[in-house]
Amino acid sequence: MHDDSLRALAREIRVAVLTGSKRANVGHIGSALSIADIIAALYGRVLRVERPDDPDRDRFILSKGHAALAVYAALHARGWIDDETLSGYCTDGTFTGTHPDHQLPGIDFSTGSLGQGLSFGAGAALAARLQGSNRRVFVLVSDAECNEGSVWESVMFAAHHKLSNLVAIVDANGQQALDHTHRVLDLSPLEARWAAFGWQAHLVDGHDLSELCSALSGDVSSSDAPRVVLAQTVFGRGVSFMERTIKWHYMPMNDDEYRQALDQVSH
Amino acid sequence: MRKAFIRTLVDLAEDDERILLLTGDLGYTVIEPFAERFPRRFFNVGVAEQNLVGIATGLAEAGYIPFVYSIATFAVMRAYEFIRNGPLAHGLPVRIIGIGGGFEYPSAGFTHYAVDDVGVMRVQPRLTIIAPADHQQAVSALRATWRQAGPIYYRLGKDDVNTVSGLNGRFEAGRAQVLSEGSDLLLIAMGPIARQAGEAARELSARGHSVGLMIVDTVNPPPVEHLRHALASVPVAMTIEAHYLVGGIGSLVSEIVAEHALGCRVARCGVADMPVGRTGSDAWTSAQHGLSTEGLVASALRALS
Repeated sequence: MHDDSLRALAREIRVAVLTGSKRANVGHIGSALSIADIIAALYGRVLRVERPDDPDRDRFILSKGHAALAVYAALHARGWIDDETLSGYCTDGTFTGTHPDHQLPGIDFSTGSLGQGLSFGAGAALAARLQGSNRRVFVLVSDAECNEGSVWESVMFAAHHKLSNLVAIVDANGQQALDHTHRVLDLSPLEARWAAFGWQAHLVDGHDLSELCSALSGDVSSSDAPRVVLAQTVFGRGVSFMERTIKWHYMPMNDDEYRQALDQVSH
Repeated sequence: MRKAFIRTLVDLAEDDERILLLTGDLGYTVIEPFAERFPRRFFNVGVAEQNLVGIATGLAEAGYIPFVYSIATFAVMRAYEFIRNGPLAHGLPVRIIGIGGGFEYPSAGFTHYAVDDVGVMRVQPRLTIIAPADHQQAVSALRATWRQAGPIYYRLGKDDVNTVSGLNGRFEAGRAQVLSEGSDLLLIAMGPIARQAGEAARELSARGHSVGLMIVDTVNPPPVEHLRHALASVPVAMTIEAHYLVGGIGSLVSEIVAEHALGCRVARCGVADMPVGRTGSDAWTSAQHGLSTEGLVASALRALS
């Protein structure tokens, strides 16, 4: 996908996040906007997936499952889910709830409880190696998710077993549910921590699509260490009044906020 | 039981490359036959039970049948939410091997007493739970079930020598095992304590009571029809388990009796209170909770009176 198309995909994801959240009157908007460019880079260029049921496809795990709407938008853009499924977000009987379920085409693993996705990903990467496959596994975690001790169990395992086909992406937006991460449980220096655990760490602008694509597609064989892309992001990116604002972790939009937000991300 | 299980797993793994064994750094003198025969299919993930189950989930999604090994309390409770959101939510064939139901790590104390594992696992509708009564039955149960879809919890004991008299390693999916029939009292046991239950049944018979004995080895999905039929023909049933009174087969049998409005009274033998503090041998600890042969006989006589 060309750069212009990637940008258009990121815009489409942001519009879908706002539209879907407004229609369902739910929150997690800031978290989903934070990863819109990462998801665009993955689904627009990085992931090697011909069909969502191809057993040898790259795997993607949204470990911060609460931002699933951004992924649904990408699955829709790829043509794997239809309009009705996307617009059915949070309606009765839908597979598109606020957290992803693997029964939806294109969702490799169900998530929603923080601290679990990277262990699934480590197993998936180990499986690829045992099967002699070149497929890769991408796991998107939030920075606050690194509060979970289980994340570090998986970090240690992947480094010990040199799972170079595993790529963790940290959505480092510096915020969590109730406050900023440095005030809740300081994670800094995040890059040094991952590196100290034996990972090859890359710090990137999490909203620069070419930087993201380049870091995510890095040559797997260049090192035998697993890679972590620390994507420095802005919570609520694209909507001025949501950016870096705690309340947009949980709050839904009123009509005025929705109109303003939609106007801002559409341009 | 655990050694026989691993030896059988080695046999199965010879014919099926999907079988992997992962341990949370436990199983000294037990897991070596597998690790040595299949070094590339054996992984010690370290002391990290959550990751153990999470990794197994990722492996199973790619077509493997991973067996994960730890002490029952750690395999079940430390990893519980990973079991729930991993193999259970995805319907994947991860096999959780939990060693030491009840007081099989006796002097190790409360942290090692699996007296609640079946209770927390039994609430999960799509989880198969198998608690063999002896090592012969563990082998039969593994051979009969390892290939099935969805996750399985194998609750294994450490005794690789003694067997339950009359069981002869029998295992049938969907049915309990009937060791004897009687019209006064039906004993229903889970796990290796079935040996003591058998001794108690013989003692009660010698005293002139007509006592039956059933072993529930597949705790989930439970053999409801088989139990219902057996419970309908006795006035009193007594459940016997090295487990808390709540959540195990005492609860299971009570549910069946209540749901089917059977006239049978249920007496439950198990661990009534938290086994914290003093420790001792398996026999001593079990006796403290009324689970010795003598304790079971005494409970049965009370139930019959």
